[in-house]
Amino acid sequence: MKPAAFTYHRARDVEGAARLLAELGDEAKVIAGGQSLVAMMNFRLARPQHLVDIGGLTGLGGVRTDADGGLHIGALATHHAVETAPREILGPGFAVIRDAMRWIGHLPIRTRGTVGGSLAHADSTAEWCLLAVLLDAELVARGPYDGERRIAAADFFQGYYTTALEPEEILVEVVFPRPAPRAALTEFAERRGDFATVAAAVDLELAPGGTQLSAGRVALGGVSALPVRVPEAEEVLARGGQPGPELFAECAATAAESVDPPSDGNGSTHYRRVLIRTLVERACEEAMAR
Amino acid sequence: MTDTTHQPRQQQLISLQVNGEHHELLTEPRRTLVDALRHDLRLTGTHVGCEHGICGACTVLLDGQPVRACLMFAAQAEGSEIRTVESLADGRQLSDLQQAFSEHHGLQCGFCTPGFLMLAEGFLAERPEASKEEIREVVASNLCRCTGYQTIVEAIDDCATRRRAALRSQLEGNGPEHTGPEHTGHQDAGHQNESNSETGPPRAACEEDRCGSTTRSR
Amino acid sequence: MTAQHSRTPADGPWIGASVGRREDPRLLSGNGRFTDDLELPGMLHAQFVRSTVAHGTVTSLDLTAVRQVPGVVAAFSAEDLAGGGGLADITARLGRPLTEFVPTGMPVLARDRVRYAGEPLAVVVARDAYAAEDGLEAARVTYETLPAITSEEQALAPGAPLVHDEASANTLLDVSMFATEGIDETFDEAPCVVRVETRTGRQNALPLETRGVVASWDHREDQLLLQTSTQVPHQVRTTAARCLGLDERAVRVVVPDMGGGFGQKCVVGREEIAVGAAALRLGRPVKWIEDRKDALSASFLAREQHYDVRAAFDSDGRILGLDASVVCDMGAYSCYPFTAGIEPLMASAEMPGVYKVPAYRVRARAVTTNKAPTAPYRGVSRPQYVMVMERLFERAARELDLEPTEIRRRNLITQFPYTGVNNVTYDPGSYLESLNLCESVLREEGWYAAKEAASARGRHLGIGYSCFSERTGYGSAAFAQRKMEVVPGFDISEVRMDTSGALVVTTGTMSHGQSHETTMAQIAADELGLDIAKVRIHQGDTDRITYGWGTFASRSIAIGGSAIRLAAGKLGEKLKVIAASVLEVPAEELELGQGAVRRPADGSSVPYEELADIAYLKSHLLPKDVEPGLTATATFDVFNDGTFSNATHGVVVELHQGTGQVEILRYVCVEDCGVAINPQVVEGQTRGGIAQGIAGALFEQVTYDEHGAPSAVSFMDYKVPTALEIPEISIHHLETPCAFTETGAKGVGEGGTIGAPGAVLNAVNDALLPTGVELDDTPITPETVVSALEQTP
Repeated sequence: MKPAAFTYHRARDVEGAARLLAELGDEAKVIAGGQSLVAMMNFRLARPQHLVDIGGLTGLGGVRTDADGGLHIGALATHHAVETAPREILGPGFAVIRDAMRWIGHLPIRTRGTVGGSLAHADSTAEWCLLAVLLDAELVARGPYDGERRIAAADFFQGYYTTALEPEEILVEVVFPRPAPRAALTEFAERRGDFATVAAAVDLELAPGGTQLSAGRVALGGVSALPVRVPEAEEVLARGGQPGPELFAECAATAAESVDPPSDGNGSTHYRRVLIRTLVERACEEAMAR
Repeated sequence: MTDTTHQPRQQQLISLQVNGEHHELLTEPRRTLVDALRHDLRLTGTHVGCEHGICGACTVLLDGQPVRACLMFAAQAEGSEIRTVESLADGRQLSDLQQAFSEHHGLQCGFCTPGFLMLAEGFLAERPEASKEEIREVVASNLCRCTGYQTIVEAIDDCATRRRAALRSQLEGNGPEHTGPEHTGHQDAGHQNESNSETGPPRAACEEDRCGSTTRSR
Repeated sequence: MTAQHSRTPADGPWIGASVGRREDPRLLSGNGRFTDDLELPGMLHAQFVRSTVAHGTVTSLDLTAVRQVPGVVAAFSAEDLAGGGGLADITARLGRPLTEFVPTGMPVLARDRVRYAGEPLAVVVARDAYAAEDGLEAARVTYETLPAITSEEQALAPGAPLVHDEASANTLLDVSMFATEGIDETFDEAPCVVRVETRTGRQNALPLETRGVVASWDHREDQLLLQTSTQVPHQVRTTAARCLGLDERAVRVVVPDMGGGFGQKCVVGREEIAVGAAALRLGRPVKWIEDRKDALSASFLAREQHYDVRAAFDSDGRILGLDASVVCDMGAYSCYPFTAGIEPLMASAEMPGVYKVPAYRVRARAVTTNKAPTAPYRGVSRPQYVMVMERLFERAARELDLEPTEIRRRNLITQFPYTGVNNVTYDPGSYLESLNLCESVLREEGWYAAKEAASARGRHLGIGYSCFSERTGYGSAAFAQRKMEVVPGFDISEVRMDTSGALVVTTGTMSHGQSHETTMAQIAADELGLDIAKVRIHQGDTDRITYGWGTFASRSIAIGGSAIRLAAGKLGEKLKVIAASVLEVPAEELELGQGAVRRPADGSSVPYEELADIAYLKSHLLPKDVEPGLTATATFDVFNDGTFSNATHGVVVELHQGTGQVEILRYVCVEDCGVAINPQVVEGQTRGGIAQGIAGALFEQVTYDEHGAPSAVSFMDYKVPTALEIPEISIHHLETPCAFTETGAKGVGEGGTIGAPGAVLNAVNDALLPTGVELDDTPITPETVVSALEQTP
């Protein structure tokens, strides 16, 4: 399984890469970690005539927090770099992000795969995509001439492997604006490390006093072409009340009934609904336990 | 290549740093790293098992980290330090990790073995204090069809245990000027499944003597 | 290398010791030499144009554009290679009438008819593997499609299109056997009759190293050299010679290091021969390495079977009769040499297994479908029929309100030798002992109590067993009953001692992970009292080995190892004779040990080096009538029904209601393979086999759409378990030595795979007991478990 031939370009900087994409048009693709792209190229399912390698660009691999407590992750940060980032930078406020990394494939995939690559690839079961949707992330893109464009996660994922990125744009950063100390992401696949059949993430907010829920966000991956928030399930959490097994079960059941998951080789619609119930409940419990 | 230059489609000149040696290669851009290592550099210890990043037979170290050489083009590895299985032994003297694999019968046909060795080598360098469960989780990165994995996990665990013991005795013998390796805050990766330790008798009771299995005495 | 755990002979015998492996240093250091590691000057690379339809006729095959692709050197269809009378089909036959078995010819390259998606149509040869694949894309093939037969039901439906015109009802084998008199009455009158109908999913033996070959012409030897990853080098030689129109002497097969086989490589592949033809035509070496996509979709598959079996029991739980139908989906062609009969015949001949079954009737069929052909895969039908037998006993146990282990106890063979209703005579084993020990381990560890406690908390734990035997060491007598065209069975070993007193041993077996370079050396070293470091094993070279059958059917140690011991023994006699003349004492007073011939009476000895010096370099000192040189040859064969290893597997599972995941909490195996030459190796074979058995029970399956396109083309679809899916396995050993192998060893390579599916399936069903749902098909998917648990009243 050898890939089709292509011309290789190594970008020196982001603007240069973007200009090259603009110049080469449809037949060019960006390669960073390549963990999705090279596999598809080996199957000849993807056959770009040009590859623009941005893997060597400096300044895009960092993880930092800003003055407002927001988390900035460079698009070229590997999953493993996030997983092992120092706690002073990736602290308990964003533990959900650190903990989600262990779900991504296996270690040798995480050492090469990048945050930006995962977001730009837009697989609906991808953990980064789910996190971005759950936590209202901002995706920062740069084009050949215009400087930066900030795209809200809710607008970024547009369909099956489709994002709002223009063909000549390069993702440079993802920003998680506010900490989510009571959030969790969990998923299920037949084998550990496989793409999730269903993934669920929740972010809980407690009312002042810390014993009652005031609001919550629920996001699901693998149930449609893009990761989605489930407002009906979030309403259950927003009603407030005692966080606990009953509330979480109701939230989970509502989530399962409010979406229309597909039926395919990995599971029927009914089975996916069962998974949604299980995983939303589990995510709520894990989030609460933080 | 350092510029956004357009090279002819046919061949490009790249330099690779492999096992401490510098190599210049003339290859097609689409030449994967594993093929460049195996066929251009004749380092055939790294194997090809799937060419889509799942089996891990192609695992090598890139700047100290385990990566899938089938999921990289050789050109992407320019500027990095690559280590393959050929770098482990010192002449004919096998490394402690290789010896542990042999002692525990962690290989049968040997096809997956170089990938597991480099996976373990990279992982233990970053996580020398890894628990057996963490090791098992990392071993799940690669496929083996012969061993059932148990002896691979045991070999790596044994090697890690001995390295820690050797380090401790070094520290005890030599005083405070020797310090252990720095770790970044690597999260203890948990286990996907919902096994509950209350479900049954603790497995640790069996681990030590392998529940009566008699490998060395009858 | 320093990794060896060699022990000086003074420490005692090598047999029974977990000696470090001779294979390890090179494999660990990346110095193994596998087929893809080989590189010859001027070598080209081949890939295959393959059918994209599962069933049809090729209306045109145009390779013109292929030959224009940069880097492509040649492209050959069947027609292109047929010149000079070459490229005969690979045809496997059985000595049975056409009413029982229909042979099929498998063309090296398909001509006008294609019978499975992925069937090779043409070979493209290029300067590297990348260009070869570029070439494939330029092939222009048109087909007239025919309806694809993708299931047993479709194959057997009246009026179904025929996969082979000569095989009516798409049936390649239809054999009814045994039919004990009065069996119908037995069933009519029995107080308890249970039935199991099960379908098992198609699987891929999936060695991590795919198939491959490097073919080259050796000018000096006037030979086609095929360096290929095969378990059966002599079969490849014969078939290649036949297909290519060469004398057998003009073909040499050499086997490099092999990255596993598991049976997928114990049949002759067509691509290897096509590449040989290309190498001959081009006069240059040609390499073909099967890529993973082809290995998953177009290589030899196995295990798709349908059982419909009834068992009759008396009110005490004793089995009265077994009435079975087995239908195996054998894909598009018979494989050589075993034929499409291998799976159904194995199932029907051996189903009663470890139990005393007084009456038996079975109808065994092989159907042909538009899928990649079936080759033997570790265990061959035994994983399936053991599963069926163990399910039958569980069902009867429930009906008769007996403990599952108790009903088995009442039926296990305990008196040996035992000749079963299937006309097989079973040599001594420890069936009952293994069951008892396995159960006691699980009880003492508290799993039964744990199961009850968990159940009270709404969790779903289950405990399941499988108790079974594994026929090993099939000799020519047993194989002759199969009526194969070639009758495997014996092995020939030649030993040669050189002037340094070191030993070279040949074997006709072919290790592909089983550690024979070590275990067979242990046998030879023991026989001659030599340090094992002085023993080298040679295998896998048809020029160097007189003749060999290769490694399959767990035959190597039982038969190959016995031949080695006999040959070493003969050499030992010659050494004694020479030493006797040196010491001037009768040879009867001498024995072998510690690298010398010794006289216990006074401690005198002559080291082997000295005897070798005489035999080679001072032959004038040899006794009269003793020829120069130190070599000996011996054969070994088995003339009875073989020797039976046995085991009991005990498994504890938890079914997770929210996801359907089947988690294996505990796995205990009590196995008996007679004398274990190397206990660590035995455990390795057992664990690896169990992992494959679990894979078949829970994870792996090849399915097809209605057009016959296979679903599994990557490791995303075909789910090989990782270390997180395979539990730690505790292994306990019993030892019931074989009375007729030279070492007391029985085979053990397949036992793990045979026992695992039944034990896992029984454990899952035990956990499902409260639901009233029983699962009989494999693989069991999480969704199936969820559906079953949803029916909890």
